[in-house]
Amino acid sequence: MSLDRRTLIKGAAVASLLPALGAAPFRSARAQAANTIRIGVLNDQSGLYRDLSGPGSTQAVRLAVQESGIAQRGVTVEVVQADHQNRPDVGSTVVRQWIDRDGIDVVVDVPTSSVALAVNTLVRERNKVYLNSGAATSDLTGSACSPNTIHWTYDTWMLAQSTGGAMVRAGGKSWFFITADYAFGHALERDTSNFVRSQGGEILGAVRTPFPGTTDFSSFLQQAQRSRAQVIGLANAGGDTINSIKQASEFRITRGGRTKLAGLLVFVTDVHALGLEVAQGLVLSETFYWDLNDKTRALTQRLGAMPGGVRPSMVQAGCYASVLHYMKAVGDMGVAAAKASGIEAVTRMKAMPTSDDAFGEGTIRADGRKLHPCYLFEVKQPSESSGAWDYYKLLGTTDAANAFRPITDGACTMPRA
Amino acid sequence: MIETILFELELALPQVVLGLVNGAFYALLSLGLAIIFGMLNVINFSHGAQFMMGAFVAWMLLNWLGIGYWGALVLAPLLVGAFGIVIEKTMISRLYKLDHLYGLLLTFGCALVIEGVFRNEFGSSGLRYATPPEFKLLDLEFGDFFLPGYRVWVVMVALVTCLGTWLVIEKTKIGSYLRAATEKPQLVQAFGINVPRMMTLTYGAGVALAAFAGVLAAPIYSVHPGMGANFIITVFAVVVIGGMGSILGAVVTGFMLGLVQGVTDVFWSEASATVVFVIMAIVLLTRPAGLFGRA
Repeated sequence: MSLDRRTLIKGAAVASLLPALGAAPFRSARAQAANTIRIGVLNDQSGLYRDLSGPGSTQAVRLAVQESGIAQRGVTVEVVQADHQNRPDVGSTVVRQWIDRDGIDVVVDVPTSSVALAVNTLVRERNKVYLNSGAATSDLTGSACSPNTIHWTYDTWMLAQSTGGAMVRAGGKSWFFITADYAFGHALERDTSNFVRSQGGEILGAVRTPFPGTTDFSSFLQQAQRSRAQVIGLANAGGDTINSIKQASEFRITRGGRTKLAGLLVFVTDVHALGLEVAQGLVLSETFYWDLNDKTRALTQRLGAMPGGVRPSMVQAGCYASVLHYMKAVGDMGVAAAKASGIEAVTRMKAMPTSDDAFGEGTIRADGRKLHPCYLFEVKQPSESSGAWDYYKLLGTTDAANAFRPITDGACTMPRA
Repeated sequence: MIETILFELELALPQVVLGLVNGAFYALLSLGLAIIFGMLNVINFSHGAQFMMGAFVAWMLLNWLGIGYWGALVLAPLLVGAFGIVIEKTMISRLYKLDHLYGLLLTFGCALVIEGVFRNEFGSSGLRYATPPEFKLLDLEFGDFFLPGYRVWVVMVALVTCLGTWLVIEKTKIGSYLRAATEKPQLVQAFGINVPRMMTLTYGAGVALAAFAGVLAAPIYSVHPGMGANFIITVFAVVVIGGMGSILGAVVTGFMLGLVQGVTDVFWSEASATVVFVIMAIVLLTRPAGLFGRA
């Protein structure tokens, strides 16, 4: 056989590098027009977070640009997108090229907390703007807070308090975590553990699952069940959550009613993929639901058909709302000033109250935390659902003032450049 | 002391069973890869995409044509296998004379295109494929541990398929042609056997095996475009550990690594994705031809 092992390994190495090359961002002509704002939407365009962010986020950003009316003021806006494949190295490379070569002013979305933390640092170093919607780690407004970053949609502390709080109130005092082994999972596990302990509960253990690439959660679920915890907390997201919940149902982990499953971060797209048959009864927290009120329904209508045939997720809604607000700040302070300093642009955004169809009225705190209400939902039974994408019923609302971690608890010492 | 060991054993036993289920998929996929590699000398990087296609075809048959699981188990491999034959005829067969890297790059490119098309069409979150209710009869329960009947079925089917394939290759006339053509294609062709057609059919059969595994996987994992990519890198490690082109090596190593991973899940879950590659590195250092390969 003439093909030797060395060739195979070389080939495999080449093959594993190819997707990284494919991620090279769209290169815009470097016209240095002073009245052009360039926005880069960076997220997962090919993996497990694609449906909840992906090209749908870009679509939402484009709508925000259009509705902001900034074009009528003679400002041109270019929107480009790239795939970070949930890898911090790929994400950093893209953002570095975007800023240094393509003159990008604003980076939007960036789900996957490990990538988000890397982008957070890069954007601060280069004094641009980072509007985060997709990443959850509360460190972005805590130990890693930055004057160039706004954390818009949700975070791990909010999820821990809302979903975790509902589980504890329902009697779930002992917890076991199945945690995606990266920054997001760790932050969500940490914030939820702290919350559960503060309510007098106890943590019996945790397993860390490799990310990305874990498809079989059955043995982790088995370990969780053996811990005899009352609540199995899923500190993961997207495809990982879907597979965990699906396999928990297959292995009848919750049979007998002794153990409950807590999906700490469940998106509407996950519920759609699971189907109501499997997902019914799940309690989850979101800050946006397409069918929440007339304004969210109108926004969903305006967004039109989303890629993959999904309804907009809260992450995509956050991309819309944050860019809309940024455009207001640009209109207010002028393009030149907004482009000159990311810190100034973000400071201006913080000084202005926010208002949009996705999250209603709100404010942005000094540490970069966007404040709005958080909703606790329960997934409907199949018989309660009136049709496609009618998935949630509202259990409760935490108001904007209490939904997020108090600024004093976040250990954010804002570096002033 | 003994109590601790017993407790650990009790903890490990279900993991062994669960590991076997994953091992079944590794074995089925690496079997197809080994056959294709043995005959065509092509490293079929689109194997994962073809596995995914099997699962999607099962979903389409059910939702578009009303054909259930059992029908899909037969039809999906045939359809995807036919697709594989078209790919081989139109593209791969042109590359046999070139360096192997070209075949690898071509099939890798095919995989990216196929996955991209499915992603655009169906999104990335995945589709539901319910477990057929008849498997409830096989459900097993020992105390706390519940083993769904469907997983028992997967292990059994994988074992039978692997054994059957091995028998066909080792014990039948067609198998002997195949093995002969692998060693000396020109000589076998001189005896009047149509080697190019055999290569085409072998590729089709390997692809059909991947699709078959895909149908088996559909009720367990969510059916999504990336489901094959998640498996394929591990499966390549399995093939390297087992020995390139060794059928027995692929099967035994597949099940064995499933077990190792299952046990790692308990004792050091963070490493469960890495352990396969650590073993691969050790095998490469100590037995460069693989556990079952001939140097």
